[in-house]
Amino acid sequence: MNKFKKIFTTDSYIVPLVAIVLGFLVGAIVMLMGGYDPITAYSALFTRVFGNLYNFGEAVREMTPLMLTGLAVAFAFRSGMFNIGADGQVMIGMTAATVVGIKFAALPGFILVPLAVIIAGLCGGLWAGIAGYLKAKRGINEVITTIMLNWVALYLSNYIVRAFLLLPGQNRSEDIPASLSMTFLNSLFDNARLHWGTAIAFAAAVFFYVYLWKTKQGYEMRAVGYNPHAAEYAGMNVGRNVVKAMFISGVFAGLAGAGEVLGVFHYQSVFAASPGYGFDGIAVALLGLTHPLGVVLAAILYGTLTYGSAGMSFAADVPPELIRIVIGSIIFFIAAQGIVRWVLKPFYFKRKKEKVL
Amino acid sequence: MDLQTLGQLLNTTLVFSTALIFASLGGIFSERSGVVNIGLEGLMMFGAFAAAVGGYYAQDAGMGEWAPWIGVLCAMAVGVLGSLIHAVAAITFKSDQTISGTVINFLAAGSTLYMVKLLFDGSAETPLIDGFNKVAIPGLSKIPVIGEGIFNSYPTTYLAIVLVIVIYFVLFKTPFGLRLRAVGEHPSAADTLGVKVKRMRYIGVMLSGLLAGIGGATITLTTTGTFGHNTVSGQGFIAIAAMIFGKWNPLGAFGAAVFFGFSQAIRNYVQLFEWSKGIPQEFIFMIPYVLTIIVLVGAVGRSAAPKALGQPYDPGKR
Amino acid sequence: MSAAAPVVELKQITKRFPGIVANDSISLTLKKGEILALLGENGAGKSTLMNIVFGLYQPDEGSIEIDGKPVIIDNPNKAIELGIGMVHQHFKLVEPFTVTENIVLGMEPKKGLKIDYKSAAEQVRKLSEQYGLQVNPNAVIHDISVGMQQRVEIMKTLYRGADILIFDEPTAVLTPQEITELMAIMKRLVAEGKSIILITHKLKEIMQISDRVTIIRRGKVIDTVNTAETNPNELAEKMVGRGVTFKVDKKAPEVGETVLELKDVNSKSKDGVSVLDGLSFDVKAGEILGIAGVDGNGQSELIQAITGLRKIDSGSIKVSGNEIANLSPRKITEMNVSHIPEDRHKHGLVLDFSVSENMVLETYYKSPYNKNGFMQNDVIDKYAEGLVQQFDVRTPSIQTKARSLSGGNQQKAIIAREIDKDPTLLIAAQPTRGLDVGAIEFVQKQLIAQRDQGKAVLLISFELDEIMNVSDRIAVIYEGKIVGEVFPQDTNDQELGLMMAGSLKRGGKAVE
Repeated sequence: MNKFKKIFTTDSYIVPLVAIVLGFLVGAIVMLMGGYDPITAYSALFTRVFGNLYNFGEAVREMTPLMLTGLAVAFAFRSGMFNIGADGQVMIGMTAATVVGIKFAALPGFILVPLAVIIAGLCGGLWAGIAGYLKAKRGINEVITTIMLNWVALYLSNYIVRAFLLLPGQNRSEDIPASLSMTFLNSLFDNARLHWGTAIAFAAAVFFYVYLWKTKQGYEMRAVGYNPHAAEYAGMNVGRNVVKAMFISGVFAGLAGAGEVLGVFHYQSVFAASPGYGFDGIAVALLGLTHPLGVVLAAILYGTLTYGSAGMSFAADVPPELIRIVIGSIIFFIAAQGIVRWVLKPFYFKRKKEKVL
Repeated sequence: MDLQTLGQLLNTTLVFSTALIFASLGGIFSERSGVVNIGLEGLMMFGAFAAAVGGYYAQDAGMGEWAPWIGVLCAMAVGVLGSLIHAVAAITFKSDQTISGTVINFLAAGSTLYMVKLLFDGSAETPLIDGFNKVAIPGLSKIPVIGEGIFNSYPTTYLAIVLVIVIYFVLFKTPFGLRLRAVGEHPSAADTLGVKVKRMRYIGVMLSGLLAGIGGATITLTTTGTFGHNTVSGQGFIAIAAMIFGKWNPLGAFGAAVFFGFSQAIRNYVQLFEWSKGIPQEFIFMIPYVLTIIVLVGAVGRSAAPKALGQPYDPGKR
Repeated sequence: MSAAAPVVELKQITKRFPGIVANDSISLTLKKGEILALLGENGAGKSTLMNIVFGLYQPDEGSIEIDGKPVIIDNPNKAIELGIGMVHQHFKLVEPFTVTENIVLGMEPKKGLKIDYKSAAEQVRKLSEQYGLQVNPNAVIHDISVGMQQRVEIMKTLYRGADILIFDEPTAVLTPQEITELMAIMKRLVAEGKSIILITHKLKEIMQISDRVTIIRRGKVIDTVNTAETNPNELAEKMVGRGVTFKVDKKAPEVGETVLELKDVNSKSKDGVSVLDGLSFDVKAGEILGIAGVDGNGQSELIQAITGLRKIDSGSIKVSGNEIANLSPRKITEMNVSHIPEDRHKHGLVLDFSVSENMVLETYYKSPYNKNGFMQNDVIDKYAEGLVQQFDVRTPSIQTKARSLSGGNQQKAIIAREIDKDPTLLIAAQPTRGLDVGAIEFVQKQLIAQRDQGKAVLLISFELDEIMNVSDRIAVIYEGKIVGEVFPQDTNDQELGLMMAGSLKRGGKAVE
């Protein structure tokens, strides 16, 4: 993971920007090969997102869980871990929010909603904490435990929904009375499903930054992430930091889950398969260079692309899966910086000879 | 449970295990050479897709029983091509191997479904094809339980079992295997003895693409008959687990893959037991994943992993 | 010997790395059947030059001739073909492989598709007899001694038919007795018609075994002399560029109270092997106790036990009378124990942190660096600025990442941090490893200055010279035990060497 850090903490913004351009180019080439018109497609994509307020609001809704899962993955990365399990943590967060939202419906809203959100975050954190604990105590690779925990989370959530919350005859839970929706914006955004989760996501990004770079605990966590051996020699408790980092990472994911059920769906489905939030989160974290500001921007980009892809397929008939190719290519170019530098070389070295890219 | 059911359970176990065996063998080649391959999932998708498409056109062209084999060949080719993306990024451009593996997963999910829609008029799945038929081995298939269980399987299952032994031999008995493992353990030692580190790693990654490709093909050609977004659904990650579980050894990975295959197969049989009636199905579905974690807790962490795993080789580094 | 034909001729070799010219127009000649020593400090460019000869790097300028013919060596295979073999300083051995597997790797004898291990082992046995190199062909590398690992390295080159052998700092990890053995092996190799380049910075070895010496400094050849016509002082001066006294100036110690006291400390590794085995010693205020020993005899474990990084199974460790065994590293640091770790990259610094951030690695949680859980970056920067100036840490800025500092300056940064904590006990593990002479002097002076201020200093080093020069008292560690305590003035290399190899014990403590 060291190599990763070297790449993703450089202050160079040029590489990601070029990577994005190259990613779009790859997408365009793929479209041309498939006989589609990339210009129509891309403009349809952006028109869909920015064309009217309803769609814009819905795009923001789309970005919200991406931002939180992106922060979750990025936070773990910063502490030296690869949290592939954000997906499971989202599901656990959803389930926790749903349980609290339905079972404690008697509470007044101003208590019920925050309670549901907090419990969702805690449960997501604890779920991720299992992987952190196993890594700290037994040295078990978190990649494998988080993958396994994703499946366990899937089945556990489904069990809870089916056994305790089921809406009779349906494959989903009862409606959740607790709501994070920003109903006062309904008229403005034409009933787009905007919710307070977006504000939580931005707050999480600020927390991420302040915590890691301004606090004692963040200093420890970064030291552990960069060099656990030196951290241990310096008297830091590496294991505790690993668990803590995974916990916080999981909290972000759990909050994403709360936003989805309390703000968007207002019920929880029985999952047929993994919903994939966590995997999007990996992409967002990598695109955002694991920096909170970068993650926010990356979530906006990713959300725009995925939400806009429907417009693209509508207007230019391009399969929306194309967007995954674009995103995969962007990450590829960011990761394999050598390629980007190679592309940039002729332009860059003419101007700034002394600076080693 | 009677003997016939037991045989069937064994048979189903092997059907589910086969894809995992191929993919985890692929993972072993890559990781033994020192390259982390978290992209097995994507490589399996490439394989499953190519097999479905290749098999379809071959069947369409009237190739009959040979059609699925064409599918396997296509899967091998596309798997290798897909793995090259990982190889170029991770080996030549020394990018973080976990990230370039993740890239494979993304590109595979995107490009295969894109191609499916492109080729089949916007359909989300490939047309259903016949795939492989089970082949009974004369004589052996008459043995009780294992005759039904093992010797009446798909040709891919036989192939997988043979490959386990072949790959074990290749890794531990041949010069190629010695060099591949040396490159994964101590690349600069290998380099100073004239072993081409990058070339060995390319070969390792490409073999993982080839084998994971066959693994993906196995799913479409023996289980689903078609390729769509949920055809592979996490099998690649399970294969990674099987590889780690099996300590990067083909025999161990085989055992682990069969274990995972068994826990998938048991779902269909578990209701035959009286005692299982009271257990919610979700808990039965969970068993393999929980068990994996428990076994890992009991086993010794990463000690068996190749030492240079995940580290790009840079001979010019000072 | 001087009439012999040259087997290797390097002509005007230049090699540049970003920001540094590692080899600047270097020329040298190796004659058939001789041992040529290549002398230079750490960082003088010796290893770069030899890596060029071995095909691992390409020179930017210059040419190489082997047996009078110009050649281009662009990969190790080519070097091997030309009969060049290299015995690396850090052994290039695949740990989980056997001796035979390591030797034949890349040139495996085959039987059908399989490796013919039988004939491979047979060839290994033959070679080992011919050159008197004792190895067990079927042993796994991580089970054999360092000396045997080195013999495996040598056999790797012989198996490939090398006639020109390059030894890169071969004695760094050996006991004096093992060094003597190695010298005998080298003489035998030369007698069998091989030619040898010996890279080293140890003058004693050069005087003992080489025929000629080529001295390089800062990437340039300074001189080539016949060993018989020179002396260690002259060589040292040429190597460093100024007169050096290898004796360290220090006054007699003023020994005070006992600061560190270990009694019967036992600790086992994960596989149940005893790594610290009834270990006892003490260090008093105002003295430097040097722990001598061969790498792997419990030194690392000893440091870990004292600093709280390793649990001990029994025994007692006291600092200023307080029991610290099995306390956390944090608690132990807070009892005024400072520690200069042996691996500065792995343990001493967070390389991706700035110099400034590294300066508070152990004190970041305390006031004034921290208030109510928030880092006081201004205070930290100011503090770091002060340390950087006081200890002359050469860095473009305190915001520079520690990674981009030179080894010597990284070490200075660590020493600044550890000394500024005003410790009562300072543990220094391999504090001069890999540093050039100037930095070595700086570090050793700092240790002595600490002693003179009445601190207790525990020095752990594999360099016998350093132990002899810097310590006031020496304890020898062997297989996790202290096998003898002596005063440097009462002993010599030979005696220490025997103790380090476990074949001599000198009763209990040195007479006080």
